Amino acid sequence: MNTTLRRLASVVMVMFVALMVSTTWIQFFQADDLNNDNRNVRKIYAEYGTARGPIVVGGEAVASSTPVDDEFGYQREYAHGPLYAPLTGYFSLVSGTSRIEDAENDFLNGQADALWVDRLQNLLTGVDPQGSSVELTIDPAAQQAAWDALGDQRGAVVALEPSTGRILAMVSKPSFDPNELATHDTQAANDRYEELLNAEDDPLLSRATHWTYPPGSTFKLVTAAAAIESGQYDAGTVIDAPETYTPPGTNRVIPNYGGAACSPTDEQSLADALRISCNTAFARLGVDLGTEALAEQAEAFGFNQRFDIPFNTYDSNFPDPEDPGFADAFVALSAIGQWEVTATPLQVAMVASAIANDGELMAPYSVDRIRDPELEVVREGSPRRLSQAISASTADQLTEMMVGVVEDGSGTAAQIPGLTVAGKTGTAQWQDGRDPHAWFTAFAPAEDPQVAVAVVIEEGGDAGSEATGGRVAAPVAKAVIEAVLNG
Amino acid sequence: MSAVEEAPAGRTVEPRERRPFRLAELFLLVLALAGGIGAFAMVGRATTGALPENFWLASGMLAGVALVGHVVLRIRAPWADQVILPAVVLLNGLGLATILRLELSGARNMAGADATSNAVYSLLGALVAFAVLWFLRDHRSLRRFTYTAMIVGLVLVMLPLLPGIGQEINGARIWVRVAGMSMQPAEFAKIAFAVFFAGYLVTNRDTLTLAGKKVLGLQLPRVRDLGPILIVWAASLGVLVFERDLGTSLLFFGLFVALLYLATERFSWVLIGLALFGAGAFFAATLFPHVNARMEVWLDPFDQALYDRIGGSFQIVQGLFALGAGGLFGTGWGEGYPHRVPYAYSDFIYTSIGEELGLTGLLALLIVYLLVVQRGLRTALAVRDGFGKLLAGGLAFVMALQVFVVVGGITRLIPLTGLTLPFMAQGGSSLLANWLVVALLLRISDSARRPSALPVRGQVAPGGATHEPIVVGADGATPARRPTGTPASGTPLQRRSPAYGETTEIIEPRSETPRGERP
Repeated sequence: MNTTLRRLASVVMVMFVALMVSTTWIQFFQADDLNNDNRNVRKIYAEYGTARGPIVVGGEAVASSTPVDDEFGYQREYAHGPLYAPLTGYFSLVSGTSRIEDAENDFLNGQADALWVDRLQNLLTGVDPQGSSVELTIDPAAQQAAWDALGDQRGAVVALEPSTGRILAMVSKPSFDPNELATHDTQAANDRYEELLNAEDDPLLSRATHWTYPPGSTFKLVTAAAAIESGQYDAGTVIDAPETYTPPGTNRVIPNYGGAACSPTDEQSLADALRISCNTAFARLGVDLGTEALAEQAEAFGFNQRFDIPFNTYDSNFPDPEDPGFADAFVALSAIGQWEVTATPLQVAMVASAIANDGELMAPYSVDRIRDPELEVVREGSPRRLSQAISASTADQLTEMMVGVVEDGSGTAAQIPGLTVAGKTGTAQWQDGRDPHAWFTAFAPAEDPQVAVAVVIEEGGDAGSEATGGRVAAPVAKAVIEAVLNG
Repeated sequence: MSAVEEAPAGRTVEPRERRPFRLAELFLLVLALAGGIGAFAMVGRATTGALPENFWLASGMLAGVALVGHVVLRIRAPWADQVILPAVVLLNGLGLATILRLELSGARNMAGADATSNAVYSLLGALVAFAVLWFLRDHRSLRRFTYTAMIVGLVLVMLPLLPGIGQEINGARIWVRVAGMSMQPAEFAKIAFAVFFAGYLVTNRDTLTLAGKKVLGLQLPRVRDLGPILIVWAASLGVLVFERDLGTSLLFFGLFVALLYLATERFSWVLIGLALFGAGAFFAATLFPHVNARMEVWLDPFDQALYDRIGGSFQIVQGLFALGAGGLFGTGWGEGYPHRVPYAYSDFIYTSIGEELGLTGLLALLIVYLLVVQRGLRTALAVRDGFGKLLAGGLAFVMALQVFVVVGGITRLIPLTGLTLPFMAQGGSSLLANWLVVALLLRISDSARRPSALPVRGQVAPGGATHEPIVVGADGATPARRPTGTPASGTPLQRRSPAYGETTEIIEPRSETPRGERP
């Protein structure tokens, strides 16, 4: 029997070696796949188990993690909930992460490559790992002013510092309270998330960066810039401004707002056309300039691009000039910011910002600096030039023209005593039978611009009058400019 | 370790009984206790920040068990293997620490984890084992109960089918509930079957070996010799079909096939056994949806539909996640989430240890099991009687098979079944039964290594049997083969005595002695 016993012992050995191999296979070779399976809640537990770094605005934490006595360890809290939601995003067991919470996740949870020294220190000293704090470029006064000024209206506000691209304010309404999604009561969080997802006005989407509107007359800044850049026009060049305009190859008539004539003589200077926002003049001008010139200028201002601010924004759209369907009729409509031309409020603010910054377009960003738990700066946001959208002299002329809009044109509601404000109104048709969206974009002071702002108010306009856009949206821009300059 | 010096040729040596001090065991026990008690302390510190409640009581108890076991062995089985007890104490201590850790997690699905009651069962199991060592002076006396053991085994296996006391938990009907106490009779049945198989086979091995036709080079047994084997085959298939427990079924059948092979040295039995089990399992898989579901889960556990299905792959996938999270070195006690896995304290205790102690911990664990099993097999090699050989071999193999079925199921080597990891998983029946197995192995190993009180080669033993010098080397070598056909002078040759089954070796070569062949 001893021979067979020895063989049995060998069989037992083989069985145990098989177990060792299979265990090694799972714990060593398969471990990565297993750890990354999205059904594996350990990932979430690990995220929730560390003290996540705060998101800081003006020295105050607008998002922070506080220790709680449940299975997760920390509860994410948002001090001003809806006010900063378009920036902070949410950190949720149910819906995951979004916006800054998502884009700077590695720093907030302390796992970024740049933090390896900290992690090593923690490992050696036995201190629990902590996340880094993310400081935003937001000016809390401007943010609050924009929030208050929008009131109950649906819309968005974006304010930029023209010389750097720092985002000073970013408000979207209706908003949502990230606290409701961050709760560890997953049933409640799930219900709320479903509700928000299915809500008619999409509060989860930031209207400032993730929603595109037809820019309407604010796009006339781009058309005017293209005209001056072409060398054939300047602010004083007299252009046709007929009562109605029928582009070549179509019988569809483009009227002015309210059907009124722009000028008794059916012609006016480029500056005047912009001041009163004459549709026929700019439609005609667009056809004269051609698709190439318009597309080139729009793209120089940032159209057809996404920006990492650091979370990704939607791209604003100017149609492809090579598209054979891009007929003259559509060129005319595109030149006044209609047809397939769409823009995010951020994009419109960037146009104003480039004009304010002597034609130089800066990349927008919202993270000023990131500090590790020892308050050492581990990353600093720095201004980055995107393009020279227009020449400095073109910028000067456009600035003059925009000052005219506020002083004596469609945007008088944005006037601030003792301050030169440059602005442009917009009223964007988007759907027959619905009120148009009201736009206003501006920067101030015109001599030394500190802030550029874009405001959109959904269905805030009146189809009958261009000035209504100015009346509704301009005061919001004015409030933000005052908040920035007085702060 | 050498108990008796090689006798100088031609001289009679009076064997002197030098009782070993069992210092190696004492030293290993200290190490095992350090492992177990250290684990208690670390679990407490990691989960509550302080030593766990009743830490000193529990540690004292564990140490007491180890010490009592050591003393009992010194008095009643001084030559017994010195590694088995420390290894088992370590396994039991680590198991208790893991269950305590899961209980302290406070997770809702860990409400069933109960370290205290498991500690009581461990204590009980150990004390029963020591009592067996104290009162059972010779394992050969168990041979008298061969057929009693068969009946006991069959009754135990069938108990869960009885209405009223049988209980179905998670689809498997392997529980019995009497007077508020649940137990798994199959755990005890495996011991009864090991005793029965050993006794039955040591008596009938020649018939099974030699009678029958030879087909395709395989020696086939006669049909009428197959009777008891078919009964056991039916019993283990019955377990599969009526109690829906693939693991227990596999355990019994594996035990029987292994012992048949050990006893008859005929590989044909292994093939026949595997074929029978394979056929049974195949029909079970096609006929019974629950077996088929297990197969699907085994083949593709990550399939979302199977993952979401009730009784689907959720548990095994969670177990794999736990193992993956453990990685090479584990998260450390209290740092992981082993309680996410359903039944992490019983069926899936392997993944709990894998998550917090890592691959390192699991490999160490497997080596400790391997050590116990190989020590058991070595005992079987060294012991002189056939019954002892088969019993020790069977008990050691059944433990190896149980570890293989549990761990293989969790690591997807084979389909998942519901067996418990010996000494670690929560469960009173399992603890009591496995401590009994250890008691029997220790008893047999004492007999295997005890220097023979009988005269050496060529001398007449008082009982009339003859003996060769027994050299139990450090490598567990078998006794030197007796020169063929030299019965001791004046001794009536006992072909097969109940006490000395191995004397059949005298007739060599066996295949040249055709007996029982029918025309």
